[in-house]
Amino acid sequence: MWKTVLRRILIMIPQLIILSILVFFLAKMMPGDPFSGLIGPNTDPKQLEALKRQAGLYDPVPVQYAHWLKNLFKGDLGISYIQHVPVTSLIADRAVNTFWLALITTIITYCVAIPLGVTAGRHQDEWQDQAVQIFNYITFAVPPFVFYILGIWLFGFTLGWFPISGSVSPNASGFFGTIGSQIYHIILPACLVALISTTSIVQYLRTGIVDNKVEDYVRTAHSKGVPDNVVFSKHILRNSLLPIASSFGSVIAGLLSGSMIVESVFSYPGMGKLFLDSIGQRDYSTLTALILIFGVLTLLGNLLSDIIMSIVDPRIRIK
Amino acid sequence: MAKEIIQVKNLKVHYPIRSGFWNRVTDYVRAVDDVSITINEGETYGLIGESGSGKSTTGKAIVGVEPITSGQIIYQGVNITTAKNRRKLNYNKDVQMIFQDSMSSLNPRKRIEDIIAEPIRNFENLTTDQERERVQELLDIVGMPSDSLYKYPHEFSGGQRQRIGVARAVATNPRLIVADEPTSALDLSVQAQVLNFMKHIQQQYDIAYLFISHDLGVVKHMSENLAIMHRGRLVEIGSRDDIYNHPMHIYTKRLLSAIPLVDVEHREENKKHRQEVEQEFQNDQSKWYDDKGRVYPLQQVSGKHWVALPKDELKQEEIKEKGRD
Repeated sequence: MWKTVLRRILIMIPQLIILSILVFFLAKMMPGDPFSGLIGPNTDPKQLEALKRQAGLYDPVPVQYAHWLKNLFKGDLGISYIQHVPVTSLIADRAVNTFWLALITTIITYCVAIPLGVTAGRHQDEWQDQAVQIFNYITFAVPPFVFYILGIWLFGFTLGWFPISGSVSPNASGFFGTIGSQIYHIILPACLVALISTTSIVQYLRTGIVDNKVEDYVRTAHSKGVPDNVVFSKHILRNSLLPIASSFGSVIAGLLSGSMIVESVFSYPGMGKLFLDSIGQRDYSTLTALILIFGVLTLLGNLLSDIIMSIVDPRIRIK
Repeated sequence: MAKEIIQVKNLKVHYPIRSGFWNRVTDYVRAVDDVSITINEGETYGLIGESGSGKSTTGKAIVGVEPITSGQIIYQGVNITTAKNRRKLNYNKDVQMIFQDSMSSLNPRKRIEDIIAEPIRNFENLTTDQERERVQELLDIVGMPSDSLYKYPHEFSGGQRQRIGVARAVATNPRLIVADEPTSALDLSVQAQVLNFMKHIQQQYDIAYLFISHDLGVVKHMSENLAIMHRGRLVEIGSRDDIYNHPMHIYTKRLLSAIPLVDVEHREENKKHRQEVEQEFQNDQSKWYDDKGRVYPLQQVSGKHWVALPKDELKQEEIKEKGRD
């Protein structure tokens, strides 16, 4: 078991190196440079050249890469050329917000998806199943942003139950007041994101249960005289949870990378919104750092998936 | 005469065929149609038929994993076709099943220990140590090494898995095991191994088998009494001697003549015999099958020997049979 995990982590090292090279060159190929935004009619071209030289933009590419990598290990991702603060602290602020949003979204998603999937699978082709399927088709077919805007209009504007933008109320004071206000701001976007991300989980679970119900080992369990409920929980459900367990890592990684659409619609200051803003402002250093973080998160998500899989499914443990 | 352990009376398993716009039931697939057999304590009862003849469905219905359409299965004087009666009797403790496909019939995510112990946990309250001891004992019976306990099904060969299947079936000390083609997925040497284990266990624990197979050679090796099924109905039942030496129904004869023989001396004779049987089948189809292509109800020919024949045919057959003797 531990050998498998260790081996899997070792595989990540070359992946990380390749990722860093890709990110570096991707960033270099982007049009514009950090000073593009600063050029005005009064800018002295010579002074600009000097600044560029000072920033190391004329060094040979490998030297630039080595320099970048060295800073990376020191936790220095550069200084945002637009906001004039270290990228690390800029991202850290946003990452906390995204983390809470992702956590609450995940909890709501699985709390809703698993009962729905189980109901649909157990009552295959009955009215319960059909109701879940209709719900699924709607959440699958309607574009996410339409949901978000509808949600804002209905719960934020018309009913006025939830705030419609930001992550914390400016009037909130005290530790608990701030936390409460933060959670209050998260609930609506989290519910809406969860509504959409349930689709695939419900579908996986339903298909798994329907498939497993007719497996031979389920028949074996029945013939052993195992009560129906136990057959369902021990044999059918456990095997049907496999695909969900394996997708857990990537779901988490996806949410932590920030849901760009939901964060933009709700003006929620998370990493997704920061990413979009950085693209708009050509914030070269922030963008590079974010792409790198998203990449690392994806790799970690896959690692988590693989570890979960090797725990729950004895067949795939690497020898 | 031996005491019977289970009696199947007029068992029918029909599946509806739905068609048309309203998805209404238009016809039935008669998977098992009017089957009656009696199995005695401690004996091996062979059930033979080609694939699709309903023999596995009969077996599953006896274990209670296949809902039946009508008929009765009498065990200890109780009709166990309802789940309630099965629970009351602890029926599935006494009647277990061995499946054909040893891979798919074992849950791939459970260790051998859990697979074998599950039926024990259902019916008995043992401590963890006692349970482990019992599982160990069962593995010994089927000749598996003791480190198998913590392995998973995919780590075994087909023959080993089938032996695990046997150990699992024996775990609750059953009185009847329905063995659904237990060896048809195995190669010949492993078949013999598994069959010998099964025989050994039968003698040791006095278990009755309903041995379902399409392999006439294996059934001859295993069973004293047997029944032949075709298209969901019984064609012929009788003792081993009745069926193998005095087959009466054309279907039985065709089955028997289809066994490949390594007998170079009599090659021509055997070929001639096969052709005769085939000729008889071609000429007299209507004698053996009614206008729907089904065989007739069974009629008694002698002691244990019953054959599916139309009423008026019995006399002639008897005369012919006597003439041959």
